Amino acid sequence: MRYSGFRVIAEALTGHKGWKPVWRDPAPQAEYDYIIVGGGGHGLATAYYLAKEFKQARIAVLEKGYLGGGNVGRNTTIIRSNYLLDGNEPFYEFSLKLWEGLEQDFNYNAMVSQRGIINLIHTDAQRDAFTRRGNGMILNGADAELLNRDQVRAMYPFLNFDNARFPIKGALMQRRGGTVRHDAVAWGYARGADMRGVDLIQNCEVTGMRIENGRIRGVETSRGFIGAKKVGVAVAGSSSKVMAHAGMRLPIESHVLQAFVSEGLKPFIAGVMTFGAGHFYVSQSDKGGLVFGGDIDGYNSYAQRGNLPVIEDVAEGGMALMPAIGRARLLRTWGGIMDMSMDGSPIIDKTHVEGLYFNGGWCYGGFKATPASGWCFAHLLAKDEPHKTATAYRFDRFLKGLMIDEKGQGAQPNLH
Amino acid sequence: MSQSNRISGGQIDRSKTFRFTFDGHTYTGHPGDTLASALLANGVRLMGRSFKYHRPRGPISAGSEEPNALVHLRSGARQEPNTRATVAELFDGLEATSQNAWPSLKLDAMAINDRLNSFFTAGFYYKTFMWPAAFWEKVYEPIIRRAAGLGALSKEEDPDEYDKGFLHCDLLVIGAGPAGLMAALTAGRAGARVVLADEDFRMGGRLNAETHEVGGQAGADWAAGVVAELAAMSNVRLMTRTTIVGAFDHGIYSAVERVSDHLAVPMAGKPRQTLWRIYSKRAILAGGATERPIAFENNDRPGIMLAGALRAYANRWGVAAGDRVAVFTNNDDGLRTAKDLQAKGVDVAAVIDSREGGDLLPGIRHLQGTQVIDSSGGLGLKSVTVRLANGKTETISCTALGVSGGWNPNVNITSHHRSRPEWREDIAAFVPGTGGPAGLTAAGAANGALSTHGALLTGQAQAIAALTDLGLTAKAANLPKAEDAPIAISPLWYVHEGKGRAWIDQQNDVTVKDVKLAHKENFTSVEHLKRYTTLGMATDQGKTGNVLGIAVMAELTGQSIPATGTTIYRPPYTPVAMGTLAGRSRGKEFKPFRLTPSHKWAAEQGAIFVEVGNWLRTQWVPKPGETTWRESVDREVLATRRLVGICDVTTLGKIDIQGTDAGAFLDKVYANTFSTLAVGKCRYGLMLREDGMVFDDGTTARMGEHEFVMTTTTANAVTVFRHLEYCRQCLWPDMDVQIISTTEAWAQFSVAGPNARKLLQKIVDQDISDAAFPYMGAGNITVQGLRGRLFRISFSGELAYEIAVPTRYGDAMIRKLMEAGAEFDAIVYGTEALGVMRIEKGHVAGGELNGQSTALNMGLGKMVSKKKDSIGMVLSQREGMNQPDGYRLVGVKPVDPKATISAGSHFMEIGAPVELASDGGWLTSKVYSPHLGSDIALGYLKAGDQKIGRRMRAVNFLTKTDTEVEIVSPHFFDPEGERLRG
Amino acid sequence: MIINHPILGPRDAQEFVYLGDANLINRPDGMTAGIEVFHDYLYNRDNPAGEHRELWYHEQGDRSWLVVTRNTVTHEILKVEMARDVAKAQGRSK
Repeated sequence: MRYSGFRVIAEALTGHKGWKPVWRDPAPQAEYDYIIVGGGGHGLATAYYLAKEFKQARIAVLEKGYLGGGNVGRNTTIIRSNYLLDGNEPFYEFSLKLWEGLEQDFNYNAMVSQRGIINLIHTDAQRDAFTRRGNGMILNGADAELLNRDQVRAMYPFLNFDNARFPIKGALMQRRGGTVRHDAVAWGYARGADMRGVDLIQNCEVTGMRIENGRIRGVETSRGFIGAKKVGVAVAGSSSKVMAHAGMRLPIESHVLQAFVSEGLKPFIAGVMTFGAGHFYVSQSDKGGLVFGGDIDGYNSYAQRGNLPVIEDVAEGGMALMPAIGRARLLRTWGGIMDMSMDGSPIIDKTHVEGLYFNGGWCYGGFKATPASGWCFAHLLAKDEPHKTATAYRFDRFLKGLMIDEKGQGAQPNLH
Repeated sequence: MSQSNRISGGQIDRSKTFRFTFDGHTYTGHPGDTLASALLANGVRLMGRSFKYHRPRGPISAGSEEPNALVHLRSGARQEPNTRATVAELFDGLEATSQNAWPSLKLDAMAINDRLNSFFTAGFYYKTFMWPAAFWEKVYEPIIRRAAGLGALSKEEDPDEYDKGFLHCDLLVIGAGPAGLMAALTAGRAGARVVLADEDFRMGGRLNAETHEVGGQAGADWAAGVVAELAAMSNVRLMTRTTIVGAFDHGIYSAVERVSDHLAVPMAGKPRQTLWRIYSKRAILAGGATERPIAFENNDRPGIMLAGALRAYANRWGVAAGDRVAVFTNNDDGLRTAKDLQAKGVDVAAVIDSREGGDLLPGIRHLQGTQVIDSSGGLGLKSVTVRLANGKTETISCTALGVSGGWNPNVNITSHHRSRPEWREDIAAFVPGTGGPAGLTAAGAANGALSTHGALLTGQAQAIAALTDLGLTAKAANLPKAEDAPIAISPLWYVHEGKGRAWIDQQNDVTVKDVKLAHKENFTSVEHLKRYTTLGMATDQGKTGNVLGIAVMAELTGQSIPATGTTIYRPPYTPVAMGTLAGRSRGKEFKPFRLTPSHKWAAEQGAIFVEVGNWLRTQWVPKPGETTWRESVDREVLATRRLVGICDVTTLGKIDIQGTDAGAFLDKVYANTFSTLAVGKCRYGLMLREDGMVFDDGTTARMGEHEFVMTTTTANAVTVFRHLEYCRQCLWPDMDVQIISTTEAWAQFSVAGPNARKLLQKIVDQDISDAAFPYMGAGNITVQGLRGRLFRISFSGELAYEIAVPTRYGDAMIRKLMEAGAEFDAIVYGTEALGVMRIEKGHVAGGELNGQSTALNMGLGKMVSKKKDSIGMVLSQREGMNQPDGYRLVGVKPVDPKATISAGSHFMEIGAPVELASDGGWLTSKVYSPHLGSDIALGYLKAGDQKIGRRMRAVNFLTKTDTEVEIVSPHFFDPEGERLRG
Repeated sequence: MIINHPILGPRDAQEFVYLGDANLINRPDGMTAGIEVFHDYLYNRDNPAGEHRELWYHEQGDRSWLVVTRNTVTHEILKVEMARDVAKAQGRSK
């Protein structure tokens, strides 16, 4: 069923009798050509692009809970391609371009909204670093602008310009950055994949992998064994748990990242803002809630909830930046489990097991990567070679000394 | 207007009258009122508009679960959006205005959405607004954003202060209703340290809202008596107006105390609110229960409220929410509302009881087997239509309807650790599940014990259990006699009759139809239902609507409620002001300032300071007549190189390292060798991370055979020290090496320039001639008798020393240095001049020490000794870090000396196309060199070591500049180092 | 969180800095082990959902490095040891 304004009107006039399920609930088949483990954003996007762009094949997505229940449903919805390093920037720019055409492509309004993102500058050294970054972005086909203090002030006059501990001296801006309605991304991909014949199987947890003579044969699940020629794992947050079924130890730790939303407020913040002198980034959703976040809690965790110090730290950053939010109320906090990798960058690669592929290590940047991650993983699964924008995302980069360390923190995941 | 709906009784102080305004109209109320109770007393039912359809709304509750009666409280910079009128305490002069309505609350233009409701179903926006693509940001979204949101912020700085504090206790009791009071009393009498917190301004919980007797006296009086006993106990802390908002690990709870919200403005020196971090050994949740509505067509009109709230307004606040009331219930508790209101003399039109059979209420029209199927009234309830047991319909006029669908235990905090509540069929409600926060138990209504007796009994029992757990002895006292009525409920979630909308989540306008649509579209998992329809996502977090929504979905899917599932509540329990969470960390107090020992002196000179981490350092010191920062910095550089300059370098990390293995230890942590360093000498050290990247650099001196002094960069002072402790304790635990950070212990000054020695010799007691104290010498000295340290090291490239004295003498030292230096025209230079001189000398710093660079990148590859094991040595040898065409540090200057270049520009070959493939690297740091008379920069250039002398371009798209530059050695000034050996 | 320091008793976790898996104690000898061994040591993790032995540093306290055994699912802390003692017990010396 195709969605459109006409369809909404026609259904409204006929009592909404014609709407169909957005996806089927098929029983798992005995075997598939491709199994994608993980029905989050990346897994669903992978299945969608695999079915649409690469292969006419039997494809299933196995999800242990409900579709879109992972980090695609638990993030701060920001999209951007303002990365520093050449290993990352082409990939994220590819992703941003996919976002720009996504809704028309999958016929679902995910509210891709390019209202701009600014990274605030507080020191000359930061300006130098952001200048390097902005130029790199432009060389990679992205957009970037350097704003001075007055330009920032014209955009956001209520920021703390006059009594700040760390004065605002300008910002790096990417106008094409913005936000997307996160759940709709999962649902749009799921619907698009389902329409193309992909079996989306919920409440189906992978409990083991059948590997024979170094080759994957299928997966054991809570709903029985399901055979597969190729298996792609996209379960960020739980990567170590799932890949342990294949005997792998990963360059990844699981950490909790908290996110926050305020009560609904009349429009206040147009775009996305990051405050580097504190640990705070914020945007305002179309519903009016301030959606914001900060640092990860910093210790290994699978608990999907965090502790108070980070909540206070984030609020302190917010108040330091915007003293006008003192009487806005925090409505809800939640936690997502991040695949924190050893250099802060992801992995999309084959494994030592033939037919078993891995996609993970997204740290807390996975949401914006969803379209490109899906596309590149589908490309790898279909063609057995990396997509040109994802060539750096290999397991062996740590062995070879080719880390993609945006923050320069080294092999300590909680610092990325 | 008089308080037309005020009736007798209640816990308000009628001897005092408060005047307040709502939307500009003046009303009166009394101490003890909430804004909602006072407005209801004045006959005002309409208090807000809903989020999506802008439906007129009044309060449905008398507590913090309120979804509808949200207002702007106060005005100006203190305007507080989305404030629940049901918990806002009345004070004299209170000002409130309605929100989310235009032009007025009564005539809201956006109510057109209500007419168009058949288009605005759940998730309609996902299916449209896609064409043309550019229209989303330009047309559709701006319209949606303007329409959305609830209240508005003032956009002015919050003028109030907020505080934070810590509390410690054996037992935290959350909620001071009968269960909480009994728990606190039991634990308090046993001598335990108890904190009893309640969100209300009056303790007692539902006892204040009911007519039940406890121990032969009015429930509220019994509660007051217990509170008085507790207040007399030094081991018990009573906290009213204090909401426990979050449960965290290991017994830590966050609480918000509303210190001043009941006042027009906070008293002098008092915060508006305080965030308490309560560290408890055990905790009891006695947070009561929240009533839930029954959904029926048009069940959202002002005047329709929860039956328990209707009763609370009458009993506690002496307010009849309407002059003629009716009750719609599926359980016995609803009947109490009818009885209590009748007893108060309020006209009770009917009790519409969905259940068949049972006793009829005496003296009240009690209609059994009956349901409300519709209501009427534009801005407030006028009548309800009921389907009688005989199948006929009847319209009953009434201005208030109390609805009771049963009570949901307030399990919220028990699920903050993601424990799922469990269904209890006998009370048709979820109770706390297993796996909640360790040390937390629930008592009373929060745990499904819904009678007063049950609350007292379980409150006592849980307190005894908690104390026993802690090894304390608590005695069970005789419980006061209290009602123990069974829960007689026959679940009814929504009335199936009617084609209109029946509201589940009133604030977000989620109706039964929306749940049905979600079901039809296969959004049947509870999480999908929530996300697709926005059920439970409003400011009340679904306190009244969630269970109802799940029950409707359960019915549609033919599953039981527990099989359908439940969503779990997340912190905070009620929304918390950002200001409260931030406390005093805002404005200039966001982070502490670290001041250098010469700060006071520098401030006296009019120095300009710059933030360097938490430090404030002197950036430059302008002299009279200087109009630009460059003038000052150029002068400081030239004066230092010509005469002598002084710079406070206290911010550099300083670590004393002692022990018989100190040298061997340094060999482990530094890439180069230190065990061979002679006593009385310094050496430049390069420290790697284990991944082989450069971590830090600095000069380390050997002060004795087993005694070294290490310096680190300012930025890494803390992390290097932490790393050394890690190496010492975790990797080489048997090494005899002790370390201590002395960054704050020594005030250290760089004295640089041709006259540096002459200046210092005036104040240093020992001979510091070149022979006695050669280049890279180090030693303990005295400064006119005061112990100090001297290092002959140079960052500027001049003849230079760093001299250190105990920090408390730092201010005296800068004054002494300037006094001694007067005859040499000594000046103080700041971080800008420091930066100029270090780049003139090609020393790496922040822009180059970026954590992403190897020793090889910096031209220091040979410093990494392979003859010994050191941190990072092995992994620095990986192929990707040793590529011949990798980045190398180079110097850069514009071919045209007048041209400017900027750090962050990228290198391109001349004539090469401007594209990624041409990207040769970037300029890391740039300054203007007054000696060379041009901009100079350092940069990382691919194969830069092979490109010295080449011309390239420095391209900066952001400033739209493209400048021809020459690649040179990074050592711009005195490359042979003759000056520093002078 | 609260960490029960073996010497100082219960302390708020905010006083500590987290490093990661306590296996980092088992650093190979750089004179004998090569890149592959160091790579596995530095980069690969068990990352268990359950009991995890991990290094915390009491930076705002006595500067002890501790090995904390903590459940990464419940955050329950089961054991706290001085890292130096653990390191020595595991045979580390100079």
